[in-house]
Amino acid sequence: MSGRDRILGRVRRALADVPPDEVPYEQALQRDYLREHGARSVEETVELLAENLADYRAIVHRTTSKELADVIGRLLSERGSKSVLVPSGLDAEWLGRTDAGRADDRAESTPAELDRVESVVTGCAVAVAETGTIVLDGSPDQGRRRITLVPDHHICVVRVPEQVVSSVPQALERLDPARPLTWISGPSATSDIELDRVEGVHGPRTLEVILVSDSSEGRG
Amino acid sequence: MSGTYLGMPAFPKAAHEAVRNETLRGNLRHATHTIRAKRATAVAEVSDWALLREAGKRIKDHTLRHLDRYLVQLEESVTAAGGTVHWAADAGEANRIVAELVKATGESEVVKVKSMATQEIGLNEALEAEGIRAYETDLAELIVQLGKDRPSHILVPAIHRNRGEIRDIFRSEMSEWGRPAPEDLTDTPAELAEAARLHLREKFLRAKVGISGANFMIAETGTLVVVESEGNGRMCLTLPETLISVVGIEKILPTWRDLEVFLQTLPRSSTAERMNPYTSMWTGTTDEDGPRNFHLVLLDNGRTDTLADEVGRQALRCIRCSACLNVCPVYERAGGHAYGSVYPGPIGAILSPQLRGTGSEIDASLPYASSLCGACYEVCPVAIDIPEVLVHLRERIVEGGPATREGNKVVLKPAKGHAAERAAMRAARWAFSHPGALRTGQRMASRTRRLHPRTLPGPGKAWSGSRDLPTVPAEPFRDWWQRTGGGKGGAK
Amino acid sequence: MRVALFLTCVNDTLYPDTGRAVVKLLTRLGVEVDFPMTQTCCGQAHYNTGYRHEAEPLARHFSDVFGEYEAIVTPSGSCGAMVRELYPRMGERARAEGRGDSLAATLAPVVPKTYELTEFLVDVLGVTDVGAYYPHTVTYHPTCHGLRGLGLGDRPRRLLRAVKGLELVELPGAEECCGFGGTFALKNADVSAAMGADKVRNAASTGAEVLCAADNSCLMHIGGTMARLSTGMRPVHIAEILASTEEEPAV
Repeated sequence: MSGRDRILGRVRRALADVPPDEVPYEQALQRDYLREHGARSVEETVELLAENLADYRAIVHRTTSKELADVIGRLLSERGSKSVLVPSGLDAEWLGRTDAGRADDRAESTPAELDRVESVVTGCAVAVAETGTIVLDGSPDQGRRRITLVPDHHICVVRVPEQVVSSVPQALERLDPARPLTWISGPSATSDIELDRVEGVHGPRTLEVILVSDSSEGRG
Repeated sequence: MSGTYLGMPAFPKAAHEAVRNETLRGNLRHATHTIRAKRATAVAEVSDWALLREAGKRIKDHTLRHLDRYLVQLEESVTAAGGTVHWAADAGEANRIVAELVKATGESEVVKVKSMATQEIGLNEALEAEGIRAYETDLAELIVQLGKDRPSHILVPAIHRNRGEIRDIFRSEMSEWGRPAPEDLTDTPAELAEAARLHLREKFLRAKVGISGANFMIAETGTLVVVESEGNGRMCLTLPETLISVVGIEKILPTWRDLEVFLQTLPRSSTAERMNPYTSMWTGTTDEDGPRNFHLVLLDNGRTDTLADEVGRQALRCIRCSACLNVCPVYERAGGHAYGSVYPGPIGAILSPQLRGTGSEIDASLPYASSLCGACYEVCPVAIDIPEVLVHLRERIVEGGPATREGNKVVLKPAKGHAAERAAMRAARWAFSHPGALRTGQRMASRTRRLHPRTLPGPGKAWSGSRDLPTVPAEPFRDWWQRTGGGKGGAK
Repeated sequence: MRVALFLTCVNDTLYPDTGRAVVKLLTRLGVEVDFPMTQTCCGQAHYNTGYRHEAEPLARHFSDVFGEYEAIVTPSGSCGAMVRELYPRMGERARAEGRGDSLAATLAPVVPKTYELTEFLVDVLGVTDVGAYYPHTVTYHPTCHGLRGLGLGDRPRRLLRAVKGLELVELPGAEECCGFGGTFALKNADVSAAMGADKVRNAASTGAEVLCAADNSCLMHIGGTMARLSTGMRPVHIAEILASTEEEPAV
C-alpha cells in the first residue's frame, strides 16, 4: 500500500465519529471578526502605515511623484551605493537622478553576483497600514524574490493612497496566491537572543520605504 | 520521533535538576517575562481578538474533521502548480524520502529553515547518516547546532542560553562548521547577529538544496506559507534550485481567505509583533523565480493517531506560536529539556504523549507536568483546552482503554506504578460515598492530632520537604454544626 | 432563600474556621444557611488525577445531596469550578462513551446554581460592603480555578476594598499559579515547591501581614511554604476576613 493510501485510510478511520452531512464550510464558519480595526480617513490610514513602518525600524520618506527620482537619487548617494539592482519593469524615470551603476534582475545572475550589489529599488503590490507591512508579488516593478533579499539596502516605493489598505484581510483580497509573495515588515530582525528583538540578520538590514503621492495633490 | 529523546527520564526527575540550575532559571525567567508583557500589549491592540481566536479554532476544527478531503485537494493544487507531493506515514519514511531527493540532486549539503516537523523526525541525523550535511540557519537553531545542544523552546530553541553563553559557543564552535567568529566578538545581541550573518552567508550563496517546513498550506490554491523574522527562511526558500518542504498533515487551511485570521493571531501570539518581519508564500514553482523543483512531503508520524481521539485531537489545532510556553509557570522553572521532546511546555505535554504514545517513562509523565492553572488555555490563539487534554491523558494512563497507535486500534492497559494511587483513589471514593465512614475518619484524625508530625517520612516527603503540614483541628466542621445546631445561639 | 453550604471535604476536615466564617457572614446578611450532613466531596481530586470514572459516583452523590436547594455556595474556587465546568463535561464524556444521558441529566440541575462565595455575595446578594472590619494589611492571591475557571474577576478585591480598616496591597505576579495543583504538589514536588517559594517571596515583598485567597487548598500549600520559609506572614481565607466585625473581630 502506498504511503498516500495508508495515511488517507488512517485519517478516514480516525474520523469515524464525524457525521457525513456536516454543514458546509462557509456556513459553518462565522467570519464575524473585523475587516479592519477602527475607522480612519484615507490620509489617516497612510499616516498609520508610516507610523507602523517606522515602529519596526523601516526608514520612511514621503514625497510626490515629481520629486521621486530626486529622493531615490539622494538616498542612494547618502548610502554611498555604487550599484543598484533594478527590476525589469521599474519606471525608468525613478532612477533618472542617480550615478549608481544599474544591475539588471536577470535569471542568469548567481546569488554571489547579487551579493556584490549594494542596493535594490522596487515598487510593491500592496501595503498594510495596521501592521506596517509591504507586500511584493513579483510583478515587473518588483522583480524576482531574491533581489530584495540579498542586497543589504532595499528602497521600496509605495504609491499612496492607492496601494495602501488598512488591514491584513483587505490585503489578502488584493493579492493573487498564484504569484510568489513576500510580506515585509521592517528590516530583517531576530528575537532569538533572550527574546529581545534585534534588527539586522540575513535580509536587508536597511529598509527605506518611500510613500509617494500624486504630484497634483501637491503634498510636500 | 527522533532517537535523541529515547530513554529520557520522567519529567519530575529531569525537572529536579533544572529547578536547581540558577543560570537556567534566570535565563528562562528573564526571557519568558519579557515576552509575556509584550504579547499582552500586542493582543490588546486588536479589539476583536476573541472573535479571531474563535474563528481560528473553528477553521482548524473544520479542517481536521474533513482532513482527508483537504489533503486530496491540496495534493491536486500543489501538483497543478508544478510541485511534487510525497506522503510519509512515519519519521523513517519521511527521512528516506528526503534523503533520496537530496541524493538525486547530487548535492551533499543542504540549508534548512527552522522547522519543528524536521526536528521531530530527526532529519538532520538521518541525513548525516547518508553523508549529507544539514546546516541550520535560524539563529537559535544555529546556536543549538553549534553547541551540540537540544532545543528547549518552539520559537526560540536556544532560550535556555543567555548572550554570554551564545558568544562562547560562537567563538569556540563556528570555525568547525565554516567561517569562524570574529576574534573580538562581544556578547551584544547585534554583534552576535552579525557574526551569524557572516557565518551563514557563504552557505546561503552556494546552496543548491533548501529544506523547510511550513506554517500553513492552503488546500484550495496549493500555497505554502513560512512565517519568519531573520530572512534565513527567504534565503532557503528562494536561492536553492531544489526546495523540499516537510509538513505535518494538520497544517492545512481550506481557503486562501483563512490566512486573514492566522496572519493576525500568529505573529502577535508568537513574537508579540503586529507582523513578523518576513512571510513567504509560494504556490508550486514559478518560472525563473526561486527553486525549479519543489517537493512537498506530507507527514503523519502519529498525527492520525491523535486525530482518532475525540478529546485529544484539538492538540492538532496548534500553530506552534509558543505563547503557552511563555506563560507556563512549570515551563519557566523546569525548562524545555525536561519535556524530553522537540515540543516542550504545555502543548508538548499533550502533543508528545499523543504523537509518540504513552509507553515511555517520559511520555507517561508528561500529562502530570502541569498544575492545571489554565494560563496556557487563556493565551492559546486557537483555544486548545490544554488542561482538558492533560486530564484526559492522565485518564488514559491510569485507566488504560482504547487508543490508536500507528493507525491500529489498541486497548491500553492501565500503566504500572499507579497501583497505590489507584487504591487510594478507590478508597477515597468509597469513603466519600459513605458519609458515615468519612466522619469516622475525620474524627480519628482530630483525636490523634497532637500526635501528628509537622513533616512526613517516605513518600510524604514530597509534601513536607518544602512545606509544613496543616494542623488538624479539634473537630471537623460537621461535628461543630451538629453540636451547635448550625452555630445558633452564639455557640462557638 | 434556602441556601446550602457546600463546604468541601478539605475545609470540613482541616479548615472548619472557614466554614464557621461563611455561616456567620451569610447569616449576618440575612441568608438562611443549611449544611446538608450527607455531603462529602465533589470528586475534583479524582477527576483531575485521571480517575473520572471514580469521580462519577461522587458527582451523582453531590447532585443527590444538593439538588433540592435554590443555591449552593462554596468557599472554594476550584471545587466550584469542578461542579460548574467539569460536571457538564463528565456528562458529555459519558454520552460519548455510549452510556446515555443519565449522568448528564443527573448533574444538570446543580450546575447553574452552584456559586463560589464571592460570586454569590456580589452577583446574587448584590453586596460588596458586607460590613466587615479587619484592621490589617492584606495582599490577595487570585487562585487559578477561581480566576480563569470561574472568571471571578475583581469580585474578591471589591469585597476586600470595602472592608473597614483593611489595607489592600497588590501582589506582584498575582495571576501566576502558586504551584499547588492538587496531586501536582506531590507528583512534581520540586517544581511545585519552586512555584510556591516564588509566590511567597512575592507576597513577602508587599510587606502585608496577611495573604488572602478564596481557596484553602492553595492556602495550605502557600501557608506551609510560608511557615517553612519563616516569613511571618499568615494565610487567611477571604471568608474569615469578610466575617470579621468590630464586635467580633477575627483573631
